[in-house]
Amino acid sequence: LKYLMMLREIQMAYTLKINGGSHVIDADGDTPLLWVLRDLLGMTGTKFGCGMALCGACTVHQDGHPIRSCITNIDSIGDAEITTIEAIGRIPAGVKIQKAWLEVEVVQCGYCQSGQIMSATALLASNPRPNDNDIDEAMSGNVCRCGTYVRIREAIKHASVEPATNAQKG
Amino acid sequence: MFDPLVSHEVGTKSKTSRGVSRRTMLTVVSAASGGLLLGVSLPYLTATAGAAGEDSFAPNAFIRIARDGQVTLIMNQVEMGQGTYTSMPMLVAEELEVDLAQIELEHAPPDDKLYRNPRLGFQVTGGSTSVRAFWKPLRTAGAAARTMLISAAAATWDVEAASCHAAKGEVIHTPSGRKLTYARLVDQAAKLPVPDDVVLKDRKDFTLIGTSAKRTDATAKVNGTAEFGIDTNVPGMKIATVAACPVIGGKLGSVDESNAKTVKGVIKIVRLDDAIAVIADHMGAAKKGLEALVITWDEGASAAFSTADMVRQLEDASARSAVVAINQGDAVKAISASPTRIDAVYQMPLLAHAAMEPMNCTVHVRKDGCDVWVGTQVITRAQATAAAVTGFPLDKVKVHNRFLGGGFGRRLDVDGITQAVQIAKQVDYPVKVIWTREEDIQHDVYRPYYYDTLSAGLDDKGHPVAFNHRVVGSSILARWLPPAFKNGLDRDAVEGGAGPYSFDNVLVDYVRQEPPAGLTTGWWRGVGVTHNAFMVEGFVDELAAAARQDPVSYRRALLGKSPRAKAVLDLVADKVGWDKPPPAGIGRGVSVVFGFGSYVAQMAEVSVGKDGRVRVQRVVCALDCGQMINPDTIKAQMEGGIIFGLTAALYGEITLKNGRIEQRNFDSYQALRINEAPTIEVHLIDSKEDPGGIGEPGTAAIAPAVVNAICALTGKRLRQLPIDTAQLKSA
Repeated sequence: LKYLMMLREIQMAYTLKINGGSHVIDADGDTPLLWVLRDLLGMTGTKFGCGMALCGACTVHQDGHPIRSCITNIDSIGDAEITTIEAIGRIPAGVKIQKAWLEVEVVQCGYCQSGQIMSATALLASNPRPNDNDIDEAMSGNVCRCGTYVRIREAIKHASVEPATNAQKG
Repeated sequence: MFDPLVSHEVGTKSKTSRGVSRRTMLTVVSAASGGLLLGVSLPYLTATAGAAGEDSFAPNAFIRIARDGQVTLIMNQVEMGQGTYTSMPMLVAEELEVDLAQIELEHAPPDDKLYRNPRLGFQVTGGSTSVRAFWKPLRTAGAAARTMLISAAAATWDVEAASCHAAKGEVIHTPSGRKLTYARLVDQAAKLPVPDDVVLKDRKDFTLIGTSAKRTDATAKVNGTAEFGIDTNVPGMKIATVAACPVIGGKLGSVDESNAKTVKGVIKIVRLDDAIAVIADHMGAAKKGLEALVITWDEGASAAFSTADMVRQLEDASARSAVVAINQGDAVKAISASPTRIDAVYQMPLLAHAAMEPMNCTVHVRKDGCDVWVGTQVITRAQATAAAVTGFPLDKVKVHNRFLGGGFGRRLDVDGITQAVQIAKQVDYPVKVIWTREEDIQHDVYRPYYYDTLSAGLDDKGHPVAFNHRVVGSSILARWLPPAFKNGLDRDAVEGGAGPYSFDNVLVDYVRQEPPAGLTTGWWRGVGVTHNAFMVEGFVDELAAAARQDPVSYRRALLGKSPRAKAVLDLVADKVGWDKPPPAGIGRGVSVVFGFGSYVAQMAEVSVGKDGRVRVQRVVCALDCGQMINPDTIKAQMEGGIIFGLTAALYGEITLKNGRIEQRNFDSYQALRINEAPTIEVHLIDSKEDPGGIGEPGTAAIAPAVVNAICALTGKRLRQLPIDTAQLKSA
């Protein structure tokens, strides 16, 4: 019986691929990824804002696509690769976005900025030269109460002209 | 937020800038580890609140210079986006002659004597006061430390101190070029008396103040390492979430916990008088557990209360006798005698803050004391409430401040901290209490509802000979800073009640009307000024229209005694191109506001769809905030303040039905999004006046500029926020 219970426990555990590592999670399958990241794995860069995919503060990447981790249950992730703000600096678009964020001084309180950067990085990775409409579409799910939108727009454009310069510098 | 001391400013200015001996302001503290510690004693400007008492110097002080040369600034002003963690060290670095990067920052522990904000009388960050309060004390401290380090070097070399100067963390003997680093000098400097009078750098010699130095907190905020209150992680910590009675003033009734207890990860259910909390291994389990509770609430006396009841009470109060705030000439008589009389009622709704970081607080109540981790604007009040709940003396309660994921006035209240300590008191491990967004919006401390009546009399040329403004609303000061609420007058509620204008006859008065118990009102970015700017600037636009005059020149004529207000108005008119009509389909509106020691004028350009939807296309802002510390931060605060104010103008409204707040999350309490954001142009006036505040003026000026623009375009005068698109439908 003890063995069967242990087996049941093992079956209930989920193995998540996060930032290149593998994590075994012992939680209900309907637990949102957000709380696994923050409370069970101590990766607090991903933020809680609304719990209903209304504000984008919890945005992470699933196989490179931006998702709201507050409504993504861990039993829906399977083998997909999750990338969080802690590792976004490992991909070229993430580096460009973080750099542009600093150069343009986007940040105020900073709480929403992990999510903003995750959304912006996904945009830039798929569309190296986004126009205003592209930016609106990709970023309108991310709320910033400090009102940094003017600079977010500027920073994405700033980052989008980086590749040519970088390539030239070699 | 607020500026309750503004009216006292003139009276105390000379005393604080000249009368106080430097010796009372600076003290060297012997450092156990060696090095130089400089304590800054801050003169307490007014007797508004608290006991000033004798200044003691505990081992903490504002500035520490260690033997390895590391300069540390203990930050009593918290960082919530407004840039204090850059502007405050800039003030020190400028005078101390070190690079900004050489200064490390530490959150200050609670201590009203050591770390009080001299403008407000205790350790508080709010009211756009940080730079205004510390502009002189922090530069003086930096200059004193520099002077002592120079004296120490001069003594070492046996030369005149006057032949030495400081630069980049070193003292240099100017004629010979000999150098000594601060690291080498701190022990000797610490033995010297603090100079009686130090010479502050002339503003023309500033190399850091007035430059757009990079934010010191930005890197940690783009890579996820910045630690906000909600990111607290201490060993053994569990997570709790809470539901307070959804009816204002109600209590917890009966609860069936059986289903909640079976949720995996749920550890304990904790009952409070008016709330229930579920403690779990993680927030996912805590939320699931909370949802599984079957709760019966004791709804109490306000179970039928609605917004309409509140507005009726305010309307009734408006007819009651009022307390006078400003009274010159005889406004009532002059209005009756005028050939033209204009009357209007303006209203602003209750507002939530909806800071991006939901309310949270981590507490560990041990047998011998208590630790609290939180981002708060009022750390000593956090300590006091934790002490009161636990029964520990203050010195057994440690509060660890963190970055604030937005403040906007919400974190000037400690209700969430009190509740977290009540929960943590029932367990022996640390517990992080996190409010869901729904809890955050439904149990906020709301910006008051204001119901104001305005009247003016115009002469036959349209000039306003008299102006009468009655403010009706709850008093935040009476609750939050009772000694500042005198003779029934809330000075914040009436601040800016006559705008920046000079009227021959003016009466501004106030009637206090509180909502029922359980509906608490509090500070919200720019409160008094923001509210009065909307009322006054909308109404003055009405007067200009009645006088058939240009709204800019009409205002100019009333600003004869306020050249700085006139200058920002002229600048904004020039930059927007006021002399030319706006593009087709665009309405343009203006506002000019004085508040927090700063002058701001804004122009909004709006379009209105057939469905009545308002799109703010462009905002031009001109600001005179006196001496600028960091122009880029100032610009960012204007941009952000405008967006914050636009959210309120277009969407912000908290309503009640059956005693319950109707809004729940960002779906029903909307925030402006990037696709709705206008272009924003900010123009700064280079000024040598003392610095003004920058956190709130940008928010105050935008709503009136928008409603004035809507009126210019559609002819519809909106006297109530949020903007009612139904009134603007044209199809």
